[in-house]
Amino acid sequence: MKRHFRVWRGDASGGELRDFDVEVNEGEVVLDIIHRLQATQAPDLACRWNCKAGKCGSCSMEINGMPRLGCMTRMSTFTEDETITVTPIRTFPVIRDLVTDVSFNYEKARETPAFAPPPGVAPGDYRMRQVDVERSQEFRKCIECFLCQNTCHVIRDHDENKPAFSGPRFFIRAAELDMHPLDDRADRKEYAQASQGLGYCNITKCCTEVCPEHIKITDNAIIPMKERVVDRRYDPLVWLGRKIFRRDELESASAKPSSAHPSAPHPPTANPSAANPPTVNPPMSSARLPQTAPVGPDGHMDIAELVAPQQGGLSPFGEDIEFPLPPEQISYHHPDPDKSPDH
Amino acid sequence: MSTAIERHRYDVVVIGAGGAGLRAAIEARLAGKRTAIISKSLFGKAHTVMAEGGAAAAMGNVNSNDNWMVHFRDTMRGGKFLNNFRMAELHAKEAPERIWELETYGALFDRTKDGKISQRNFGGHEYPRLAHVGDRTGLELIRTLQQKIVSLQQEDFAETGSYDSRIRVFQETTITELMLDGDRVAGAFGYYRESGEFLLFEAPAVVLATGGVGRSYKVTSNSWEYTGDGHALALRSGATLINMEFLQFHPTGMVWPPSVKGILVTESVRGDGGVLRNSEGKRFMFDYVPDVFRKQYAETEEEGDRWYDDPDNNRRPPELLPRDEVARAINSEVKAGRGSPAGGVFLDVSTRLPAEQIIKRLPSMHHQFKELADVDITKEPMEVGPTCHYVMGGVEVDPDTGAAFGTVQGLFAAGEVSGGMHGSNRLGGNSLSDLLVFGKRAGEHAAAYVDTLGVRPKPAKIDVAAAAEVALAPLARAGGENPYTLQQDLQAVMGDLVGIIRRAGELTDALKRLQELKARVANVSADGGRLYNPGWHLALDLRNMLVVSECTAKAALEREESRGGHTREDFPKMSPEWRRVNLVCSLDEAGEVHLERKPVPRMRAELIDLFDRSELAKYMTDEELAEVEAE
Ligand SMILES: Cc1cc2nc3c(=O)[nH]c(=O)nc-3n(C[C@H](O)[C@H](O)[C@H](O)COP(=O)(O)OP(=O)(O)OC[C@H]3O[C@@H](n4cnc5c(N)ncnc54)[C@H](O)[C@@H]3O)c2cc1C
Ligand code: SF4
Ligand code: SF4
Ligand code: FES
Repeated sequence: MKRHFRVWRGDASGGELRDFDVEVNEGEVVLDIIHRLQATQAPDLACRWNCKAGKCGSCSMEINGMPRLGCMTRMSTFTEDETITVTPIRTFPVIRDLVTDVSFNYEKARETPAFAPPPGVAPGDYRMRQVDVERSQEFRKCIECFLCQNTCHVIRDHDENKPAFSGPRFFIRAAELDMHPLDDRADRKEYAQASQGLGYCNITKCCTEVCPEHIKITDNAIIPMKERVVDRRYDPLVWLGRKIFRRDELESASAKPSSAHPSAPHPPTANPSAANPPTVNPPMSSARLPQTAPVGPDGHMDIAELVAPQQGGLSPFGEDIEFPLPPEQISYHHPDPDKSPDH
Repeated sequence: MSTAIERHRYDVVVIGAGGAGLRAAIEARLAGKRTAIISKSLFGKAHTVMAEGGAAAAMGNVNSNDNWMVHFRDTMRGGKFLNNFRMAELHAKEAPERIWELETYGALFDRTKDGKISQRNFGGHEYPRLAHVGDRTGLELIRTLQQKIVSLQQEDFAETGSYDSRIRVFQETTITELMLDGDRVAGAFGYYRESGEFLLFEAPAVVLATGGVGRSYKVTSNSWEYTGDGHALALRSGATLINMEFLQFHPTGMVWPPSVKGILVTESVRGDGGVLRNSEGKRFMFDYVPDVFRKQYAETEEEGDRWYDDPDNNRRPPELLPRDEVARAINSEVKAGRGSPAGGVFLDVSTRLPAEQIIKRLPSMHHQFKELADVDITKEPMEVGPTCHYVMGGVEVDPDTGAAFGTVQGLFAAGEVSGGMHGSNRLGGNSLSDLLVFGKRAGEHAAAYVDTLGVRPKPAKIDVAAAAEVALAPLARAGGENPYTLQQDLQAVMGDLVGIIRRAGELTDALKRLQELKARVANVSADGGRLYNPGWHLALDLRNMLVVSECTAKAALEREESRGGHTREDFPKMSPEWRRVNLVCSLDEAGEVHLERKPVPRMRAELIDLFDRSELAKYMTDEELAEVEAE
């Protein structure tokens, strides 16, 4: 069956939406159609992809105005007479067709301080509990599709904010290291605030909305990072408490602050096995105690998001807009590098 | 059209930014060498990102009976004793260190109760051995290495004020030719995919880490990157390829919907309890346990099921046989008319584990089937069938250093592009650990090789000009053939005639057709300019796919036996005589593929002692056995 597609074609000097009528078979995804266009009508149509299974984060594009992975957008989600409009992700400069220059993200990655291994713990001696690593593991699911970066209004159409703002992808990186049980740096939150531009974020949750890995970027990374930065800044006592206690323990500790004792809060962990006599058994966790994650009674993080009808927060485009938009309402404007946005 | 060529000087150039390439680059940089990393796709998106199941290393965290000797044994058995024993030995011994090292780079593997790295069961591994992170282990591995490289760049920045001063990543850059100075590597020539501009790396040492060749097959789990570039670059620079007939067809690829045909369903589905059934609902794998494995596998469903909870007192279910066995079994069931509607068989976890367990243990499979096939694997079975997955053959290398054999010096290879380690069949999880072990070794020895050189080899001007001309040819040619059509035709030849089950007549036919395709590929043309032009890129990749396919077809015709990833219908048995033979391909001056037989290196006595005599008897000739007895 033939379907109508409009695909943005052009390069840094400009371009336009081109119309294509193309065969679509049962079970196909938008990326398949792009491939069919390459094979039959437009061999030089530029588009990134690798895995075709939502694992590599290469095929980010905007489909009927919605930032998505081309390989994970099934054709069956559109009605049969619907025109499908495919444009490049908008926050980054176009190179050609659907391919954009995402080097911004790699620069920000380079500026984010790396994992600091705990001194004195030999390779092979790292011991961590599953519940402690799960918080960071959520953020390590990131496939670097940069859809969250593309969606965040702080830099979408606002190139002027790019130098100061690292974006949600790198907030979760900072949060991941902050929650890493053995990371030796204690200033991840302060760094996010001072150098990554965390303050620009006003928690609109757009990033969470588009994340194909369903990472709760705002709830699990940004908000906790902000909270604690605020706490630390304005309340030195709480700051001290945070250093010493896990958050759940803090609640009870603040009721009787006299019990604050730096060596007490370490929770007893699994018994050292015979193979690891206590003398050589390194700490299960670093001296710097992790804050709690939303861990359920079974000791695991909840997966409600996977089954919820809608993950994360509200739609970045407003709750009253329905996707897909009618094609005549879509106008992709390539940002003009010479003109600063007029809003 | 401009033919300006950007020039760079490095000590070590690593082609490939997957696990092997990144690990090699880290090592070369740690040895103080200026290092470049080159990758066809964006940094962090190489094929390694797709690996799901885990990385095999005998850490003994889950079952303390595990050690390098058991791992070595499993690897040799899996490869049907054709493996380069020294590589298998180094791999088994060094894999745990390499995994632990990743933790110091920031990796977060799933944990055991006592806080160590958790390990899971996988086909062919005697004990739970695969370090894993849910079913996204490859992502963790590549991200960790990527972040380690960033951290090295940060150190360099602190010292020199430039992130790129000692290690630089050239992403979306394709190498099309290696430059030689006599027999020595002098550099590499390629183009930026984004702009189409050329660049030349002058470097005395090159590490190939370009991955595999699966794109020559229609049904494959591999991405567009897997066009055998590294294999072809090696051949053209005088190195040799071994055992190219051995391709692994992963037993469980998706078969429906058609557009995702081939995409992998991780083996952990079976490791965690999933079972295979035919259209009659029968667990058919019990009928396909070959004699060599009879002793290790359960005979009844009850015993197989008990094994998941009590592996010490029960034998494992036959769903966990090595991949080649499972792939052939599925193939036979489908041929016998007991397949699923879409031409596969059923893989079911929904009746074996509670839904929340499935979502916890196999989150990305749950996600993948939901999103791509609209199947809820907690409620229904999946439909699966074999898909081209991995090439065991590759660049023939020195086991200790990764230096390529043949006439060339200064060329190293690691990862999937290298051959020998996995013999005729790779065990699941042995690739990720292979990348780390031999990536490190290749980086280290490439750096050491640079130190031995007095003068730096120089690329010849005329070679550079020739490489540029070859690269521009498809754009200059008008009215030639469409590269996409050629690729489809090549995939059809390889899939139909050099697939899972092979026959002499079809292989001869394939070779003839490959010759015809060669002539057509020489006449390929690409529309559009040099700016990010996928048609042009494919046109350039085609000649690599073609020469590598020819090696595979030639070797497959030559090897008259069935072993691991090579099944000949006309020679269905494994032959002890053939076990002693490696098939080695090289290119002559005219660009023709030559095939040569070389003896498989003989295992050292103390390693032979790790096996039962009765087991060796299944693989070795009487003569060899007599020699073993004499020692
Ligand atoms: C779906 C899937 C699941 C898998 N699961 C597992 C598993 O669970 N456990 C396991 O051990 N193994 C697994 N494997 C196998 C394993 O992932 C691969 O064998 C391994 O990642 C290969 O790594 P590599 O470093 O050799 O190459 P890759 O990671 O493939 O990297 C190749 C690199 O070379 C670059 N390159 C190629 N050609 C050129 C060129 N001409 N110029 C410049 N750069 C070039 C590419 O851009 C890329 O960066 C799986 C494979 C697949 C496809
Ligand atoms: S919550 Fe909104 S403002 Fe904050 S990072 Fe996400 S998209 Fe940007
Ligand atoms: S956080 Fe989510 S949306 Fe952002 S880059 Fe990672 S996977 Fe993509
Ligand atoms: S192609 Fe990898 S995420 Fe779409």
